[in-house]
Amino acid sequence: MDISSEYAVQMRKITKTFDSFIALNAVHLDVKKGTIHAILGENGAGKSTLMNILYGFFRADSGEIYINGLKCEIKNTSAAIANGIGMVHQHFMLVDNFTVVENIILGNEVINAIGMIDLSKARKDIIELSKKYGLDVDPDKKIEDISVGMQQRVEILKALYRGAEILILDEPTAVLTPHEIDELVSIMQSLITDGKTIMIITHKLKEIIAASDICSIIRRGVYIDTVNVDEVSEEQLASMMVGHDVNLHIHKAPADPKEVIFEIKDLSVTDNRGLQKVNDFFLSVRKGEIVGIAGIDGNGQKELVEAITCLTKSKSGTITINGKEIQNTNPRDVIENKLCTIHEDRQRRGLILDFSVADNLIIENYHKKPFSKHGILKYKEIYAFAKENIKKFDIRPENCETSLVKSLSGGNQQKVIIAREITNDPDLLLAVQPTRGLDVGAIEYVHKALVNQRDEGKAVLLISFELDEIMDVSDTIAVLYDGKIVATFKQGEVDEKTIGLLMAGGGVGHGKVS
Amino acid sequence: MERLAKILRKPVTATLLAILFGFIVGVFVLAIAGYNPIAAFNSLLKGIFSKPKYIATVIIQSTPIILTGLSVAFAFKTGLFNIGSEGQYIVGSITAAVLGYTLHLPAPLHIFVVITAAVMVAAIYGGIVGLLKARFGIHEVITCIMLNWIALYLNNYIINLTFLKKPNANAMYEIQHTAYTTILSNWKTSEAGLAWLKNHPAIQEILLRTDLNIGFIIAVILVIIVTFFLYRTTKGFELRSVGFNKDAAEFAGINVKSNIIQSMIIAGALAGLAGALQVTGVEPHRISSLAAFENNGFNGLSVALIANSSPVGCLFAGLLFGGLLYGGSSIQSEIGAPSEIINIMIGTILFFIALANIFPILANKLKKRGGINVK
Repeated sequence: MDISSEYAVQMRKITKTFDSFIALNAVHLDVKKGTIHAILGENGAGKSTLMNILYGFFRADSGEIYINGLKCEIKNTSAAIANGIGMVHQHFMLVDNFTVVENIILGNEVINAIGMIDLSKARKDIIELSKKYGLDVDPDKKIEDISVGMQQRVEILKALYRGAEILILDEPTAVLTPHEIDELVSIMQSLITDGKTIMIITHKLKEIIAASDICSIIRRGVYIDTVNVDEVSEEQLASMMVGHDVNLHIHKAPADPKEVIFEIKDLSVTDNRGLQKVNDFFLSVRKGEIVGIAGIDGNGQKELVEAITCLTKSKSGTITINGKEIQNTNPRDVIENKLCTIHEDRQRRGLILDFSVADNLIIENYHKKPFSKHGILKYKEIYAFAKENIKKFDIRPENCETSLVKSLSGGNQQKVIIAREITNDPDLLLAVQPTRGLDVGAIEYVHKALVNQRDEGKAVLLISFELDEIMDVSDTIAVLYDGKIVATFKQGEVDEKTIGLLMAGGGVGHGKVS
Repeated sequence: MERLAKILRKPVTATLLAILFGFIVGVFVLAIAGYNPIAAFNSLLKGIFSKPKYIATVIIQSTPIILTGLSVAFAFKTGLFNIGSEGQYIVGSITAAVLGYTLHLPAPLHIFVVITAAVMVAAIYGGIVGLLKARFGIHEVITCIMLNWIALYLNNYIINLTFLKKPNANAMYEIQHTAYTTILSNWKTSEAGLAWLKNHPAIQEILLRTDLNIGFIIAVILVIIVTFFLYRTTKGFELRSVGFNKDAAEFAGINVKSNIIQSMIIAGALAGLAGALQVTGVEPHRISSLAAFENNGFNGLSVALIANSSPVGCLFAGLLFGGLLYGGSSIQSEIGAPSEIINIMIGTILFFIALANIFPILANKLKKRGGINVK
């Protein structure tokens, strides 16, 4: 394609290496003005590197960048800003104890006649800007007091305030609730109507379909294709992204649930500030079924998980597995009672990143035979166990038993956790956000593992903020709102809309309450 | 290039480079101050290696800091910063001095009782830090520093007790000979011993002119035990888990709080042992009034840092440290350069070690930005 001023950004033959690793190999990209252009790729495909080069964080080893048809040298981020490029990072770059206005003007302060920061003028400008694009923010609140969705709007405003015409959003929906995602999409629409150009980096296919016009796919540092989003299916995008066909929807036989093995009765849990986060909570899970708890983040999921795993005390109520009450014991007793957990925060709770794969695989069982005897670790057995399970669970790279877990990719880190929990042979597997941050291939793997567990007659409790995941994987769907299960359905009995409404607190009492 | 980067990323390389830089800076400082650096280093090396007696003295001086270094390194492995090894060392030496003087027991038993008691008291002293952290979340650095001062003034209080204070001295009475851990302490001054030693001048010099004691042997054994304990036992596995990621350890069923307490108990015991061995093994076999800290514990921090918290590393770092401190005094006596040059070198080594730890972090950051490890 020729260089033309119709294009906001054109990148040609961009190559970037780190040590001997080729992150980008002669990648090119054409982004038309006034469009929402998605950059799709798996974790580590190079999409973030490409955008960081455009934003001046990195310099390419070779290649050219054209902005509005003119060749640009983007040496650093200020050069990028001068060229009208703004970027909103996945992890926000905000000062927590500054107000919204202070954050937006930071580094770009308006000064009045006597050399003081003119906060009132800045405030007026910001309010005007936020009205223009429907970016609803509270200008005088501190960042630490506003929601994640609003923080993101502050970041977007920050970029716009600096005169950005081209906006790069890095994984913008990773932290948002479904409702906030809708808001973001409408904000993006109003921005392009005004002639701005938006580039979003993501590995979530649904968002691309919902929000963007054009999508470029990068795979392992190589440019694959650019397609009109209207003309392709989700499956086609996925296979372009990973390089082979993938099943976005899990195939599973109908559930064959047996007796109840896990039961929560009248549970109530308060958070660390004493606020009631879980109350009146009833739930039961049968052998051979997957129960999924749908709900928006912050409706008590965290406290529920902490209570089940005994990281926190339950105020009242009982949690029973195999007829044994386990509430208010300790994490080890929970594991001993065959309740194992895939925690949502795999790097904080799930793994010891500076330990080897083998050590991580035995971290719940190091004190038992055959891994130790009389308090002495038996590394021969530990490594044999690790070898076996690395193979069985397809953890890559091969022979990684002595590698530190932090050197593994996110998907393989999750496989280590899944291997560990499943080899514990749990009667109930509690999976909390098990696919968070994973790419398509790894998600498929995790879902299969959950279904396999069920097919072996075990019980699975899935808690996820991804409604699709819940709808797809669970046999029974329970909707959590405000610390309570407000409705339960069998899979197939209910559509996404109904559940979405219940999750948002609408229609309580209209669902089939059980 | 890549191989170089790989070598550079190894922690040992960083440590060795830091030591090299320390010496280079030492050379420059000496040259600027008008001394001949070659002559100075010559006398430093001579001061360490030229006589068996010197080597023995370096080993003797290294013993307490190897042990306090081990104490700090051990706590580091559990994620704790044991800046209290100084205080634990002092309470260990107080216990050893008091029991060494007041008890009257046969020799091997006396040594055993004195050292065991000193280790236990110091273990409790360290355990207090762990308990306060586990129970109330008080940061260990705060309690450690406070307990260091308490130990210092406790020391000065005890030596002034009438039944312990030696008249006309700002110190306590010496411990009984039965509690000496000096090697062959009785034999070497006996007639038969003296006669035999006369024919073996090298051994005579070491035995009679230094306080050669069993401390170093114990330190070496403990380095081996601690290494085994940390890397080959279930308890060590727990302690290291807590050190690397206490949230994950807790979630996996490991009792984080009790591990914090246990780690501080063991760290305290190691530092207390250093104090006990010093009193029982080295002249003047007593404790005296402390105007300021003697730095046996604080030097352990430096040793642990140089050793990158590796127990085996502590052995070598302790010997290096002890060698520099002892050999440094001959720089002063032989060429007149102030022995503080050694402190400059040690400071520089630590500075570069702190700096060197940045490089792997930087390398990882660059990599992460590059999208290789992006979550």
